[in-house]
Amino acid sequence: MRRSTTKISQFTLALCAAALMAGCATSGNPKDPIEGFNRTMYNVHEGIDSVVLKPVAKGYDAVLPDPVQTGVSNFFSNIGDLGVSVNNLLQGKPNDAIADLGRFLINSTFGIFGILDIATPAGIEKHDEDFGQTFGRWGAGSGAYVFIPVFGPRTTRDTVGLAFDLWADPVANLDHVPTRNTFLALRAVNTRAELLPADKVIEEAALDKYAYIRDGYLQRRQSLVYDGNPPRSAE
Amino acid sequence: MKSMKWLFLAVSSLLLALPAAANDAAPDQLVKGVTDEVIAIVRADKDIQSGNAKKAVALVETKVLPHFNFTRMTQLAMGREWRNASAAQQQALTNEFRTLLVRTYSKALTEYRNQTIDLKPFSLKAGETDAKVKTIVNQPNGKPIQLDYSLEKQDNGWKVYDIEVAGVSLVTNYRETFASEIRNGGVDSLIKTLQSKNQAADSKK
Repeated sequence: MRRSTTKISQFTLALCAAALMAGCATSGNPKDPIEGFNRTMYNVHEGIDSVVLKPVAKGYDAVLPDPVQTGVSNFFSNIGDLGVSVNNLLQGKPNDAIADLGRFLINSTFGIFGILDIATPAGIEKHDEDFGQTFGRWGAGSGAYVFIPVFGPRTTRDTVGLAFDLWADPVANLDHVPTRNTFLALRAVNTRAELLPADKVIEEAALDKYAYIRDGYLQRRQSLVYDGNPPRSAE
Repeated sequence: MKSMKWLFLAVSSLLLALPAAANDAAPDQLVKGVTDEVIAIVRADKDIQSGNAKKAVALVETKVLPHFNFTRMTQLAMGREWRNASAAQQQALTNEFRTLLVRTYSKALTEYRNQTIDLKPFSLKAGETDAKVKTIVNQPNGKPIQLDYSLEKQDNGWKVYDIEVAGVSLVTNYRETFASEIRNGGVDSLIKTLQSKNQAADSKK
């Protein structure tokens, strides 16, 4: 089981290395030095997405009633709270880490394996933390922007973070392989389905979809590293 | 009869007082008022929920637009390029950018699915002319999203000049795209790109 997680990590690292080597294709944007390569990867992703990911997500969205989808989202979000807790601890926020653990315990028991999120209405706020943010907290710069097909937008820092996230991911570490694969697939489809409404809005908003997603991602990560209160950038 | 007269006076004075109240409203009350009103309308309107863009745009134009400062938004999106544009170019950019943002906002409204919006605690120091109103969008299906409005006090009330969705400014997110467009073909090329984007969206309907 550990082996295949490592495989995914190796895959992301290899992609990362390939991206760095393709760095000759420079553009004017200092945050996106390998823009040419990234745009190619982005087009690959769009191709896969339009043929596989999006149609599957749409079917899923059409078939499953909303309360069931909410249950699926809650279930995986609850498992994710473990990783959130670890990262809050690593970022020196023990109170948040305890709250995250409390969420996990309450939702796993009273929330029936996390299908119901009863911690949020009870006032225990959901946090969003991962290894990429932890490295950011520790002072690591975000590095170059990288677009990884299927996984989507990342930075060099967040690609390394993603490898750690997967390494520590309880779902990816399940021993029973068919269960693990089913859960991984379900989580991926559910995540993609959650993004369906955003798709339409981005389509409407973007002059250049690649750049719109890139700049949105970079802003979002910057905001997350500072837990929603990033320093105002100089104009 | 006398009571009728009193009622009439009361109602008409109330009507007169209303626009003034809207102008004087504190930023958080303004955001709450507009949000509640718009959501109530969308909730009751099946056409908008099923994607009627024309109706959604009309709603945004009458209820939301008066509280936005599009010149400031365009200026923010342009960054340092703003000063290099002529007055006519600035006007054209503002018009096209307004159309683009209104359409985006309207599209988002047609995606409305029973979300509720809560205001985070808000305080404003006396004499402050810049404020950020933070809200949380609770989704029945998915994670709550932070939605923040930046407002600036003007003579005719507080005006929104930026919206941040989950920490992503909808305005400054255009800065790189605008800058690279200007690098490649100047301000006029950017205006043309915005125009053709808006026209393409119009002809789709």
